[in-house]
Amino acid sequence: MNMNQYLDMFIEESKEHLQFMNEHLLNLEKNPDDKDLINEIFRIAHTLKGMSGTMGFSKIANLTHEMENLLDAVRSNKMEVCSEIVDLLFSCFDVLDEYIGNITSTGKEGEQDSTELIQQLNDRLNGRKNTSYSSQPVKNNKSKKTDLDEYVINAIRKAKSKRLNVYSLVVRLSESCLLKSARAFIVFNTLESYSDIIHSLPSTEDIEDEKFNFEFSLTLVTEKAKEEIKNDILMISEIDKVEIDEVSIEGMNIEEENQIDAKSNEAIEIDKEGNTEVNSSNETVVHEKKKVASIIGKTVRVDIDRLDNLMNLVSELIIIKTRLEDSGNTERSNMNEAIEYLERITTNLHDAVMKVRMVPIERVFNRFPRMVRDLAKELGKEIELEMTGEETEVDRTIIDEIGDPLIHLIRNSLDHGIESPETRKERGKPAIGKIKLRAYPDGNNVVIELEDDGAGIDVEKVKRKSVDKGLLTQAEAKELADNEIIELLFKPGFSTADSVSDVSGRGVGLDVVKNKIESINGIVEVETSHHKGSKFSIRLPLTLAIIQALLINIKEEIYAIPLSSIREITPVQSNEIRKIQNQEVVLFRNNTLPIIRLNRVLGKYDTEDDEEAIMVVVKKGEKEAGLIVDKLIGQQEIVIKSLGKYLSGIPYLAGATILGNGQISLILDVNSLF
Amino acid sequence: MSDTNINTKYVVFKIDNEYYGIDISNVKSIERVQYFTRVPNSPLYIKGVINLRGEVVPVIDLRLRFELTHKEIDSNSRIIIVFVNDIEIGLLVDSSSEVIEINSEDIDSPPMVKDNAAEVFIKGIGKQDGKLIILIDIEKVIGIKEIEQVG
Repeated sequence: MNMNQYLDMFIEESKEHLQFMNEHLLNLEKNPDDKDLINEIFRIAHTLKGMSGTMGFSKIANLTHEMENLLDAVRSNKMEVCSEIVDLLFSCFDVLDEYIGNITSTGKEGEQDSTELIQQLNDRLNGRKNTSYSSQPVKNNKSKKTDLDEYVINAIRKAKSKRLNVYSLVVRLSESCLLKSARAFIVFNTLESYSDIIHSLPSTEDIEDEKFNFEFSLTLVTEKAKEEIKNDILMISEIDKVEIDEVSIEGMNIEEENQIDAKSNEAIEIDKEGNTEVNSSNETVVHEKKKVASIIGKTVRVDIDRLDNLMNLVSELIIIKTRLEDSGNTERSNMNEAIEYLERITTNLHDAVMKVRMVPIERVFNRFPRMVRDLAKELGKEIELEMTGEETEVDRTIIDEIGDPLIHLIRNSLDHGIESPETRKERGKPAIGKIKLRAYPDGNNVVIELEDDGAGIDVEKVKRKSVDKGLLTQAEAKELADNEIIELLFKPGFSTADSVSDVSGRGVGLDVVKNKIESINGIVEVETSHHKGSKFSIRLPLTLAIIQALLINIKEEIYAIPLSSIREITPVQSNEIRKIQNQEVVLFRNNTLPIIRLNRVLGKYDTEDDEEAIMVVVKKGEKEAGLIVDKLIGQQEIVIKSLGKYLSGIPYLAGATILGNGQISLILDVNSLF
Repeated sequence: MSDTNINTKYVVFKIDNEYYGIDISNVKSIERVQYFTRVPNSPLYIKGVINLRGEVVPVIDLRLRFELTHKEIDSNSRIIIVFVNDIEIGLLVDSSSEVIEINSEDIDSPPMVKDNAAEVFIKGIGKQDGKLIILIDIEKVIGIKEIEQVG
């Protein structure tokens, strides 16, 4: 069967499972005694095994199988969770992650070898294997005496005389299995390739017609060992458990009871693997079920392209609505009513589509605990990461962009912000450093804050360094306020290899962070206090697709300025504008405000300056500037369209939008103007 | 290419009295001229952007690209929408009317002398019914290599 069509789904699901495994492992490290976590990790390993087996990814299947064995030993109290085990599981996780990564990019698992890991897993397992097995009586075997007729008994006799093995199998499908008969068919197929199925309950016909309840039993004759058969069947996905017992013919009745179990380890293993529900306490069952439910939820995976398409259609609708508004203004109140109704619908539709595109920021955050753990170990620091607001939702497009800058900032905090435990003690701080990552919605924005209680930024050192680097003269350095000095950290000059990092901390590649965030219309701000810590705040728009904008005229051309970057609009007299070093400025609310004449920037020169001009005060972070425009048109909701690859390099433009009359108006990129 | 006789279809358009041809596989549609929005600070030959059924598409003025004299847009003017290397772009031409098939045998290599800017963009000269058709290299016209320099 061609599995390619399922590959995407496999990758998506595996990634999701790995993510949970990662989380659980991190929790396990903190609460090694939590049996629920072990169960959960076990469950994930098991699911992965099944999925990868179906897809033919044997390396993943093998590794997860070995993980299961180890986890099982832990789960059944044969082993204690220790840091070595957690580390080992983390290494397994890494290898799995790599396999999935390889599958994503090439469709194959890749060359990475896991034999050593498997060896380690086995060593660990064998080291303590001899603890009493038989102490755990197996109570779960339901006395399900298979009704065997004459023919079957004869067949068993014959097989036995030929020294073939006769097994009775009970296969249980997972409750979520949708196509039960198809699954059962796979089981039959697998078995029939090397064995004869001499009996099945319910009958094969009934199984084909799905007349059974997730469970069916088989009797088969084969040369293969029990263990192999069990493995083969567990490779099939959506199989909850398999029980295999040897059928003995003494006394003609099928004794599938405990004698075998007492002797054979495998039987117990089978049992452990599938029957937690029965063995462990009922609480666990409930708990596990609940967790599973919350993980799966009611979701549909949708290709992002389809959503984009839907979004485009909604955009079109909004445009046409604006057009109707324009044309229907004067006459006919009926028309206006209809338009208002249409407006309500489009607004709701827009909101709904936007929500579909929203993804909890958890998607980005979930990789940080592991990163912080590893990095802290590496640096010999003790660091606690506290995350809040993971459920805050942002647009999918933003999710994809925000990961790297955040990683950068967190690494910075760990590396340069948080001091070594000794230094911290000297400074009278707790030895364990604390990093807080917080996300919350704020109006049409999402704010992400990263706060640490480390050394903070040493302004004096930054000053000295920037003078050394020639970014500032001594005199300038004295003039600047602290926050202006900190701004310097975001200058490209600071990001070169021999940067401040070895002296005072902070500054490695912060310009990259800033650029990235500004490219998605966000802002970064820093607060710091020496020896107390620092706080980076990132403010991002909820979406990149539709914004409120102010439309203005430059001559006859119409431009849009995003409302989010406008502080206020005010008239300005031409005699108030002064020229300082070729830069026009105006004194506005006791601040000197640089003036930008948009007509010049946009190549529409105008010789005569009016007595009174209209100034739009725009902001970029803490900085402000006054844009001189010819005329104000008004505020409008606009749909942002990309100018396309071909025009991507053009300065001062953030995109285009289509106005109600079908004309295109360009959107100004305020951030690049000053 | 000249060894095998392959017929290729070309969209033929006119600037001044010259006929030009573009490989039809690059052409998406031919549009009447509509309102242009000027793009400030873009190369001179970029006429602006148009709204093509909800998409923002840049348009190159081929006259300016070929460094020919300026001519007012009239009712014959057309915009040929081409699609090259994932970029959708319009070409403003004087007029466009037909699609012709040219056999590869009837295509000569471009003249070596470079006395006019358009020569750089020529891929070959096609002959059809005594008419000479300048076949243009659309990737060069769009100046994919120049994109980085624009900014």
